[in-house]
Amino acid sequence: MISANSSAIFYLVSGVLFILALRGLSSPETSRKGNFFGILGMIIAVTVTFLSTGNFSTGFIYVLIFIIVGGSIGAFIAYRIPMTAMPELVAGFHSLVGLAAVFVAISAFLNPEAFNLGYPGNIKLGSLIEMSIGAAVGAITFSGSIIAFFKLQGIMSGSPITFKGQHLLNATILISIVVLIYFLCSTQSSNLFWILLVVSFLIGFLLIIPIGGADMPVVISMLNSYSGWAAAGIGFTLENTALIITGALVGSSGAILSYIMCKGMNRSFFNVILGGWGATDETSKNISKEQRPVKSGNADDAAFLMKNASSVIIVPGYGMAVAQAQHALREMVDTLKKNDIKVSYAIHPVAGRMPGHMNVLLAEANVPYDEVFELEEINNDFANADVAFVIGANDVTNPVAKTDPQSPIYGMPVLDVEKCKSVLFVKRSLSPGYAGIDNDLFYKENTLMLFADAKKMTEDITKNL
Amino acid sequence: MEIDPLIFRLSIFILSIFVGYYVVWSVTPSLHTPLMSVTNAISSVIIVGAIIAGLSGNSDSVFNISSIFGFLAIVLAAINIFGGFLVTQRMLAMYKKKKKDKK
Repeated sequence: MISANSSAIFYLVSGVLFILALRGLSSPETSRKGNFFGILGMIIAVTVTFLSTGNFSTGFIYVLIFIIVGGSIGAFIAYRIPMTAMPELVAGFHSLVGLAAVFVAISAFLNPEAFNLGYPGNIKLGSLIEMSIGAAVGAITFSGSIIAFFKLQGIMSGSPITFKGQHLLNATILISIVVLIYFLCSTQSSNLFWILLVVSFLIGFLLIIPIGGADMPVVISMLNSYSGWAAAGIGFTLENTALIITGALVGSSGAILSYIMCKGMNRSFFNVILGGWGATDETSKNISKEQRPVKSGNADDAAFLMKNASSVIIVPGYGMAVAQAQHALREMVDTLKKNDIKVSYAIHPVAGRMPGHMNVLLAEANVPYDEVFELEEINNDFANADVAFVIGANDVTNPVAKTDPQSPIYGMPVLDVEKCKSVLFVKRSLSPGYAGIDNDLFYKENTLMLFADAKKMTEDITKNL
Repeated sequence: MEIDPLIFRLSIFILSIFVGYYVVWSVTPSLHTPLMSVTNAISSVIIVGAIIAGLSGNSDSVFNISSIFGFLAIVLAAINIFGGFLVTQRMLAMYKKKKKDKK
């Protein structure tokens, strides 16, 4: 048993260790040490909790058993999950944080004595407010993440689901949550508490269904942020510094990532969460139906072009992840490098389904991270490169974003792929990308379309090099 | 007059948001996926609340409705803690620098 003061100090220490864990991610060299700090912080927090309750009876054994059960499940998932499934995994994990916050809030509401918050039906007002906010945000995180998970996993269609009066309904529900919290706090009624939870689950679900597949980077970051605010809400209830610090860190981290993702698409946050592009683009889809001539080639042509190049820039996108082509791509690059061809990778901020998705896949395929560049770092190099190899990306290379103010993606930062001497475009068909607009790049003089599965095409090119 | 301890917690909260803001901006974009998985793992420090809830039963009956919710939350948070840190570890181990420059 340790005093409340010393346990508070230890919670502060673990909060600081969590800050260092995030700080470590500023460069890949320090990142592993950062992760270690995070683990250490967690061990301290859990140990101090045991010591401060001083309860080592049967309950303690059960707690250990449940930690081991959950831990083994978590460890199993962590080792088995393929890197291409990271977005689903992260969405799934967010839902668990949300649900855990809800459960802790329920437990505290039913048995406030255990948390020193007062008595059932007479919970301290401040704690009740914090608890209900934590529970509501947790519930939104849970159901929202479940929908995001289903969409990413393909269980649910990635296209936006919209209906009439959707925004009005959502606004009504959001206001009703505030009203419910107000009455819950003034009446202490447990019925209102359950209604609040149900309504929060519902709004989480309704908020995410109108958002389309390619906006998932924003959604995942947003839910990341919510899970942090839920944790902070519970942290206030439990008067626990480690939780408050962590909640604030995670909350602002997710918010910054959402901001970066929105910036990468030149859209406002509200524009994204109020419904996807796919729903608003009927007009542009119809206009672009005209047939235009396209040059298509095979692996042999592509190999020839690349063999005679002195520098190649590779532009990966979500299609590479779908085709699991990252290893084949690395092998192709190895062959190119043997022929003294300079190769670099260009990553658009919203490539893939979550922030940094492409970087992880390339790292998995043993691509050194100092060959991988962000949009701003590499965009000027396209003009000097001989070949751009676009694999599974589309909208992020569309020059229309720079030239046509009518286009829905106008103003979105894009990779200047068209400035390359020649462009190789690996794609299964001419179909437009997520934004539903045609890519002008397909019809350019210096573009060669390679219609095939990304992995197979890359392997064939390697054979022909 | 004494200051309500809530004000101190609020101060910690607000300052932590600022710390988070500056720390996260310095994270390199190539590590944004590990950032998400590690924030996932650390936000599961909510397990401390779950443990208190799980231990709330008395010695005669470990399980009551409140502690059951606590135990469930422990399982969920533990999945996240182990899963989150280990998958981050796995990812970070893959980030390598160029071994030797042949130029």
